[in-house]
Amino acid sequence: MSFWNDPLKVAADWLEGVFTGWGMDAVFAHVLVAFIGVLLLIMILMVVDIFLVWIERKVVARFQDRLGPNRVGPFGLFHPFADIVKLIIKEDTTPGNADKVVYNLAPILSMMSVLILWAVVPLAPVMLGTDLNVGVLFLIAAGAIGTLAIIMAGWASNNKFAMIGGFRQVAVMVSFEIPMLTMLMIPVIFAGSMNINDIILGQNTWYFVISPLGALIFLIAAIAELGRAPFDLAEGESELVSGFNIEYSGMKFGMFYAGELLHAFTFGGFWAILFFGGYRFFGLEQVSPIFAILILTFKALLGYWVIMWVKYTMMRIRIDQMLAFNWKFLTPLAFALLLVTALMNALLSSAPAWLFALGMFLANVVTGWVALEIARSAAKQERERIEGPKKAVEAHH
Amino acid sequence: MVPQSWYLILAAALFGIGLFGVLTRRNAIAILLGVELMLNAVNVNLVSFWRYSDVLNMSGQVFSVIVFAVTAAEVSVGLALVISAYRRRNTVIANDMDMLKF
Amino acid sequence: MKLMTAQQIIFLIVAAFTLGSALMVVTTRNLVHAALWLVSTLFGVAVIYALLNANFIAVVQVVIYIGAIAILFIFAVMLTRRDMRDSGPQLNSNWWLGAIVAALVFTGLVFLLQGWSGFTGTAADLPSGFDPIGLLGEALVSPEAYVLPFEVASVLLLAALVGAVYVAFNKK
Repeated sequence: MSFWNDPLKVAADWLEGVFTGWGMDAVFAHVLVAFIGVLLLIMILMVVDIFLVWIERKVVARFQDRLGPNRVGPFGLFHPFADIVKLIIKEDTTPGNADKVVYNLAPILSMMSVLILWAVVPLAPVMLGTDLNVGVLFLIAAGAIGTLAIIMAGWASNNKFAMIGGFRQVAVMVSFEIPMLTMLMIPVIFAGSMNINDIILGQNTWYFVISPLGALIFLIAAIAELGRAPFDLAEGESELVSGFNIEYSGMKFGMFYAGELLHAFTFGGFWAILFFGGYRFFGLEQVSPIFAILILTFKALLGYWVIMWVKYTMMRIRIDQMLAFNWKFLTPLAFALLLVTALMNALLSSAPAWLFALGMFLANVVTGWVALEIARSAAKQERERIEGPKKAVEAHH
Repeated sequence: MVPQSWYLILAAALFGIGLFGVLTRRNAIAILLGVELMLNAVNVNLVSFWRYSDVLNMSGQVFSVIVFAVTAAEVSVGLALVISAYRRRNTVIANDMDMLKF
Repeated sequence: MKLMTAQQIIFLIVAAFTLGSALMVVTTRNLVHAALWLVSTLFGVAVIYALLNANFIAVVQVVIYIGAIAILFIFAVMLTRRDMRDSGPQLNSNWWLGAIVAALVFTGLVFLLQGWSGFTGTAADLPSGFDPIGLLGEALVSPEAYVLPFEVASVLLLAALVGAVYVAFNKK
């Protein structure tokens, strides 16, 4: 293998050779090189995180018809660095009666739960952290640790608003894990494996084409998991004085904020991997892993842009509306879609590829249409119950 | 190579610690925490027996998946009961909930 | 005495971490801290499962225990406290008897197990091309295997769901 085909393995072998040349034990050198690789990936991710802050602020500015940061550096590119310096030199307070260990551990756990997700993301056909055969479930497991971090933050701040914000955020995250997990099963059904690399390799047609409703439900559940608008009631400044974030200032708040942006970028990446083909682009990824990384980054940024677009377009939803939406609409729809997908997959398993794609696409459209009709009739009944039947009939003319 | 005895001793120790928690704590929720530890010890035992005997026989893993389901059911109902009892009696100390109806 | 292999060292570290966290669960006064020590115990057990090559069980342990059950405990602790402080002794008056019983159970179990012939056996290597998830999935839904306990467990979960909601419902 040459440098062009597999740069990381060449570099790792060279470095191991250097270490064993210095007289280090072979196993120990291997572990040390792996550790250096992890450190390198985390550093690259944190630098990407910094530029995500710039992207976020420019995009929100353009949505709101203004310019955004344009003073510090060309196009305001160094503005996030100024942000970081500001956050670092701020005073790192801890509330008086707060539980100090738990209070300081929460932002670290929150950032950790995002960074460990990148261990299973395949950046290229030969470049991935670990080839876990339960990679898809690992996504949910990392979300579980993030949930724990938020409830720790909410409780340890010794502040009633923080606790309510933390409770609500955790209730939303735990509730929306169910449709997300169900929709993660759809690429698993198509690819026949929970291994993320196998899912990418199985996408000869993008799974978004075969199962658009699945991709849509996954996106909605992912946005709720991230705690971004329209599901960010727990952080709303007008509702809860920024929820579990209240007592955090300085770099601890920076960890939460940057962690949230990196989490959104990671979920954009997972949306791209699971439903849009990951690092594949009509065979371009076979040429070199560098192209594969660029393709994946581009698709992840597109996914991140869709998440930002939803955030800056839609209004915030109330907590009881959020939970009712999940338990009464999204979860039954997710289960119904999984049943329909499994059934159609079994029925069409021997059909040619175009028939398979067409059949699954039509099944998705029909399921979505039926769900919307049920929701519409339920909404009409609700409106009649509240306003009285006379007004509803008048509104129909 | 790790001999199986190490895993079994770990499971037994975890079970013993959980038993200590159940027998000696006053708070009802802390008793449920002890029960959690005991169920985890059982699961470690099951999975280690799966690994150290025929790996193709999935009974050990199936059993431990069923134990997961049973644990989840037991914890949710138990905590619901504790919360409901707290609303009536205003205490979670197991010793103080000693009258059936008053 | 021969040097321990890396696997043995890792097992000893993880086992010490798990048992230490379990001890903190049953002895700490602050109940929220006890729930958080339970989280670290469960994480240690998940690493033990990964050491036993049961990676599906390890990930499911994190998702279900840490992601749902531990969160449930923390919620329950926060909903059942009259104030933010913990008061009164946290072990009841017979705690020494409980300690003796627990120690007896532990020694009894170890004594029973060490009479078993396979007690010090080492693990066989995994066969190549081994797909534990496929085999587990087949075992759970195949009529010759465990589909009946699987379905009964799902009915049990439904009953627990309905029961828990009904018991904890706040009828105001």
